[in-house]
Amino acid sequence: MKPKLTQAQKDTIVNSISILVGFLVILQLWLLTATMNAWMGRDSSVVWPAALASLGCLLFNLLLLRRLNFLAGDGA
Amino acid sequence: MADKPHDTERTYPDGRPLAEQPQWIRDFPTDVSSDHGLARREFTKFLVLTSGAFVAGQCWIVGMSVFQGEEDFPEKWIANENDVPPGGVVEFRYPTDNDPCLLVRLRNRRLVAYGQKCSHLACAVIPQPDQDQLRCPCHNGYFEINEGRPIAGPPRRPLPLVKLVVRDGGIYATGVEHRTA
Repeated sequence: MKPKLTQAQKDTIVNSISILVGFLVILQLWLLTATMNAWMGRDSSVVWPAALASLGCLLFNLLLLRRLNFLAGDGA
Repeated sequence: MADKPHDTERTYPDGRPLAEQPQWIRDFPTDVSSDHGLARREFTKFLVLTSGAFVAGQCWIVGMSVFQGEEDFPEKWIANENDVPPGGVVEFRYPTDNDPCLLVRLRNRRLVAYGQKCSHLACAVIPQPDQDQLRCPCHNGYFEINEGRPIAGPPRRPLPLVKLVVRDGGIYATGVEHRTA
């Protein structure tokens, strides 16, 4: 049986998850502005890869949020 | 008020246990750490929502690029070659009436033509051939006149380049090249 996490350990994990999610959102913002700039210059080659990368970031963010909710629900 | 079992895990700003806290804290025992955790969780939820909005934006660009048809560029007469002296500028519209463009004869007699809409926020750029630049008065953006590339101010993309053909003394526009760098 896994030992239960202390509140301090949970705080560290929650902080790390929040920072990681924030970093990924900033990455998505950069992706969106760069893609928009390229698309307005009629360069469509980056549109699909950027969309897939952004979708990947969202899925990872959702995974992290699930983990966050699990921790909040007294998960270890 | 009796301490609940999980009260032993609670933390308070001064670090003392609940029994040593003032009466008002004992009456309303807020777990500061949990409270911060809740705020961080709500903030992270908002970030994930923002992340979803960015994906929606990317999908919108994908949709626009999929349904964007090929542009048609008919050949269009602009001016007679002899009517444009060095430093001279001719305004024209190409490929549609909603696309203002500028034809400029440089001091070295080379002809160049650009879309007049600034690549920042589509204000009309003003040619300044004597200073080898085009200026956007809205936000003080500058483009060098030989290639139409941004040199100062907020614009990041060059001006659209209008392809020219000189034939039988006439100057014709034959296409538009949008550029990213």
